[in-house]
Amino acid sequence: MIDRKSTALAGMDPPLPGPRTSLIPAIAGSSLDLINKFFEWFGDLGIFSWRVVGAAVTPPFEFRELYRQLDEIGSMSLPLVALAGAATGVVLSLEARYSLTRFGAKSLLPAAIVFSVIHETGPIITGLVVSGRVGAGIGAELASMKVTEQIDAIEASAVSPYRLLAAPRILACILMLPLLTLAGDACGLLMGWVTQALTEPLSFHQFINQGFNGADFNDFLPPTLKTAVFGLIIGLIACFQGMRTRGGAAGVGRAATSSVVLSSLFVILADVVLVKLILIFFP
Amino acid sequence: MHTIDQVPMQTAMEPGEAAKDGSVPAIAVEDVHKSFGSQKVLNRISLTVSRGETLAVLGRSGTGKSVLLRLIIGLEKADSGSVRIHGQDIAGFGLDRLGEIRMKMGFLFQNAALYDSLTVEQNVAFPLRHHRKTMSKSERGDRVMQLLAEVSMEGHREKMPSDISGGMQKRVGLARALALEPDILLLDEPTAGLDPISSGEIDDLVLKLQAEHHMASIVVTHDLHSAKTIADRLALLNEGDVVIEGSFEELQRSDIEFVREFLGHS
Repeated sequence: MIDRKSTALAGMDPPLPGPRTSLIPAIAGSSLDLINKFFEWFGDLGIFSWRVVGAAVTPPFEFRELYRQLDEIGSMSLPLVALAGAATGVVLSLEARYSLTRFGAKSLLPAAIVFSVIHETGPIITGLVVSGRVGAGIGAELASMKVTEQIDAIEASAVSPYRLLAAPRILACILMLPLLTLAGDACGLLMGWVTQALTEPLSFHQFINQGFNGADFNDFLPPTLKTAVFGLIIGLIACFQGMRTRGGAAGVGRAATSSVVLSSLFVILADVVLVKLILIFFP
Repeated sequence: MHTIDQVPMQTAMEPGEAAKDGSVPAIAVEDVHKSFGSQKVLNRISLTVSRGETLAVLGRSGTGKSVLLRLIIGLEKADSGSVRIHGQDIAGFGLDRLGEIRMKMGFLFQNAALYDSLTVEQNVAFPLRHHRKTMSKSERGDRVMQLLAEVSMEGHREKMPSDISGGMQKRVGLARALALEPDILLLDEPTAGLDPISSGEIDDLVLKLQAEHHMASIVVTHDLHSAKTIADRLALLNEGDVVIEGSFEELQRSDIEFVREFLGHS
């Protein structure tokens, strides 16, 4: 902001405020522009998705690239997901112990940890960790290929970049997210037990028995499988943002950032919807 | 537009009737317009190139030369007008039909656009791996070695694109463009950013490949010397339109101010 007083003291004429009437059309114009861009983004995403589906369901299938992406997205994300899951288990155990002891329900501690981890914290933490690591990776890689014309070169070689680049990455995300969630859940439960056992002796067998007492597949399967939707969102948005990049190194940076921000945002929004749907269909 | 060679009008052909015998130009661009937003890039441009002929497209930066190549290979769509490859208008083609057309074309990008995660050998093998499925691994290896030998890069096949010079990258890009034995070759600034010796080597290579493969070629360049060396005809673009088209001598004889100015500064 320009300081009118200081500029006047410095012997300069203070800048005059612009006409107030021009402010409203300017705001209206930029709002309209923003709305247009919003709908344009969704329209482009729809066209992109349609092309990816078309490429994914018709031969030839890029199994080699899919295998490479399964390794890149699955194996390479495992340590990070395991660490995040373990940390979540520790925090849950500490917090739940404090709260449940306060309300005289300490015996429910294993169940509270197990249900929290498998129902919500495990899937959402895995989704967010993968959207950070994989979303940024895919977004930056494809954006870099786009600005250096490598994607154009693939098209010019009569190979569909939707088939070669996007479909294997999205499919790998869909397949690996539930598996990574299982790993994250396992680490969370293990560290939840360790934290619990350090304060009060409790065997792992007892912890699991008490934790899963009353739990059935509906408690376990739908929340784990919902992460396949997170995988779809992460893969789709990261590929889309990467492959539509323009503008050199700055564009690559923007694509990586927007991939992470948008995929994290949509993962959280999808979680809200999916939790409600799971509660309706798997009461 | 001042043209020395009049562009012949093409009759519409059904896709299956595409002729390659020389009666139909390999490339025919007719009355093409292309804009990006409010910026008009190409303005009713028309050009033809026959089999065995090389056309150099010259012009100042930002006059739409590279856009013209991207339109021909279908990476961009024209706002109006037609782009015909062997008589087939590619405007309404879906990705599959466009893919068939693209297999008949080789494209050398301005910065070679080699796949940076693949070795030199894998880059050249890329089109073969995707479109010559019946080729055995050893046959593919032999073909790659043959292509690399054509561009004198057989000693660098294990290297990554980042480990070779810009001139070498263009050679590898050229080898990749030739992998499917195209009958159309599109070169985007093949000598840009190269020293005079490397530029000369690329020019010699293009001439040698032209003599051997007898392709229809369009070379987009700023380099008048290179254009004069490798092209049969030259087309000079200004503000999205062809100002003049003809041999280098015909351009030299032109009294159009822009042509004289362009040749004078080159």
